[in-house]
Amino acid sequence: MNTQTPVIQVDGLSRTYRDVAALKDVSFTLEPNIICGLLGRNGAGKTTLMRMLTGQDFPSAGSARVFGQDPVENSAVLQQMCFISESTRYPEGFQARHVLTGAPWFYANWDAAFADELVGKFRLPLKREVRKLSRGQQSALGVIVGLAGRAPVTIFDEPYLGLDAVARHTFYDTLLADYAEQPRTILLSTHLIDEVSNLLEHVLVLDEGRLLLDQSADSLRGSASAVAGRAGDVDSFAEGRQVLHRDTLGGLATVTISGRLTSADRVAAAAANLEIAPVSFQQLIVDLTTQSTPQPSLASVVYE
Amino acid sequence: MDEGRPIFQQIAERVENDILSGALVEEGQVPSTNEFAMFYRINPATAGKGVNLLVEQGILYKRRGIGMFVAAGARERITARRREQFVLEYVAPMLAEAASLGIAPGQLTQLIDTQLIESQLTEKETR
Repeated sequence: MNTQTPVIQVDGLSRTYRDVAALKDVSFTLEPNIICGLLGRNGAGKTTLMRMLTGQDFPSAGSARVFGQDPVENSAVLQQMCFISESTRYPEGFQARHVLTGAPWFYANWDAAFADELVGKFRLPLKREVRKLSRGQQSALGVIVGLAGRAPVTIFDEPYLGLDAVARHTFYDTLLADYAEQPRTILLSTHLIDEVSNLLEHVLVLDEGRLLLDQSADSLRGSASAVAGRAGDVDSFAEGRQVLHRDTLGGLATVTISGRLTSADRVAAAAANLEIAPVSFQQLIVDLTTQSTPQPSLASVVYE
Repeated sequence: MDEGRPIFQQIAERVENDILSGALVEEGQVPSTNEFAMFYRINPATAGKGVNLLVEQGILYKRRGIGMFVAAGARERITARRREQFVLEYVAPMLAEAASLGIAPGQLTQLIDTQLIESQLTEKETR
């Protein structure tokens, strides 16, 4: 798989809005046909990055290339892409069925029969004005367009605001089933990390505009451990290791340690009466992105 | 899925468990990578990695254009490997816990014997 040309190639990408740096020197490549998670806190730069990839914004420095080309006003590239954003607005009077009828103009691989099937699954009222749909129904519409569009590069930005748990699982199941039959590159930005972590093959984590992580989901899983016990014992065990997080309760301490523990480490920990527990995917991301000093949310400055 | 370990390893283990329990028989076909992915709600590439791990170990083999099958002798191979792990994963921790609770080695073997007899008795009763 490593021999394939990357479908997305980002080099030294930066974006500055007046004095706010939304993206700082971000570089990565994505191989085709993987499901990649784009994770990070609000204002980390996720939406800015996705807008660059879909040609809706311009880099201040560096480049973003899709299929080896600049996506800005490049219809050959943009026809192969689908960007489902939570803030998509439709004209007044536009009904859900109008969105689905117009979709084949934008997406070369549009599958109308699949879209109909999904309308049933998500119970989407077709003859209602999009603006009058509930938040969850609007998200369902976006999800249907994103899935039935079958674009070789499909980007979902928080696709399921307002979707209930049943609808979200319908989305995950449908995404997996359809991806298995028709592999394509899917970039999924979300806060519901625990729900999607098993779907992801690769993970990108942004924090304050910088790319913090770019690695396979499998290598991330189990790459940190929580060690708990008497504070003194915990600290001597943690010495010389990278500590992501530390909590204390009276004389007890819990630290999150980065890096896989060897069996010798485990024996040493057991001998010192320390308890070792795996750190969940979501907890690991939270620990990684709470280290740095918080700044005012960029999203509120830049959008709306 | 357990958080601490790579999912592909866990998938491989579950297939092994099914072979041990007899749910999957030798020379029988196993579900496809995509079927595993759908069933466990995981990425198909991850499921594929788990299946390939078992192919490398000679537990499963591929028949071109048909699918994946359980190799002859797979059950024995899994059992042999798991027996080696048994000491490391079960016996050693048990000894450590027994030591920290002050259970003498003699008492420990006695406890095991008693437990064995009890489980044999309940097995007879349920029959």
